[in-house]
Amino acid sequence: MVTDGAVHVLIPTPLRRFTAGEAKVVSAGATVNELLDNLGAGFPGLGERLRDDDGQIRRFVNIFVNGSNIRELQGADSPLHAGDEVGIIPAMAGGR
Amino acid sequence: MEPAADDLVFALPAAMRQEIIDHARQESPRECCGLISGVKEHARRLYRLTNLAVGNSLYEIDPREIYELEFREMPNHGTEVLAIYHSHPASPAYPSATDLALAFWPEAYYLICSLVDPVAPEIRGFRLAEGRVREATILFEEYCG
Ligand SMILES: [Zn+2]
Repeated sequence: MVTDGAVHVLIPTPLRRFTAGEAKVVSAGATVNELLDNLGAGFPGLGERLRDDDGQIRRFVNIFVNGSNIRELQGADSPLHAGDEVGIIPAMAGGR
Repeated sequence: MEPAADDLVFALPAAMRQEIIDHARQESPRECCGLISGVKEHARRLYRLTNLAVGNSLYEIDPREIYELEFREMPNHGTEVLAIYHSHPASPAYPSATDLALAFWPEAYYLICSLVDPVAPEIRGFRLAEGRVREATILFEEYCG
């Protein structure tokens, strides 16, 4: 059920197993945190991939709002507006 | 170490193999990184990407570059992430504990290029998922289009 504040969420390949294969889903939230609450409720298993047990966005998960990394905005408190496009990118990282 | 899994075979075009080695040598002693897009199991294009990690023992691909590829460039070309590569300038071509802990793309092949033997670089490929390393057989082949 999404009325006002509908946000388009781009789902990366490794997380599509939680969205029945969908590459883009519609959700809602006035902030990134609210959006993540709704995504976690709507897509079981997805929330744990994005935030840790303390509710913090995981270090190796990157979230973009209209192409801007939220770490350069207001983090989880970054505001969202109807029609915004949110993209989730798990890190590609490692070491020797 | 487990033997190569029978069901994991990755055909790496010779030109891409050379590109990874060239990239690794240019970045050394830092780790290089990038990805290969593909259609199903067929490699299509190699993208050199930016390593944002500090120091010489880690890599973290610029997430903005991944965003552009994953949500714009590759969908426009009908491709997906087929492989993620990085170099081990001074260690073997085998996933480290860090590589395994930070493997968030279980459907991709993780290619590692070791420069331990500077005249004979080695590239090996793996699937990394749920704490498990499964080695793929890499077929080095001429570009098949
Ligand atoms: Zn590594």
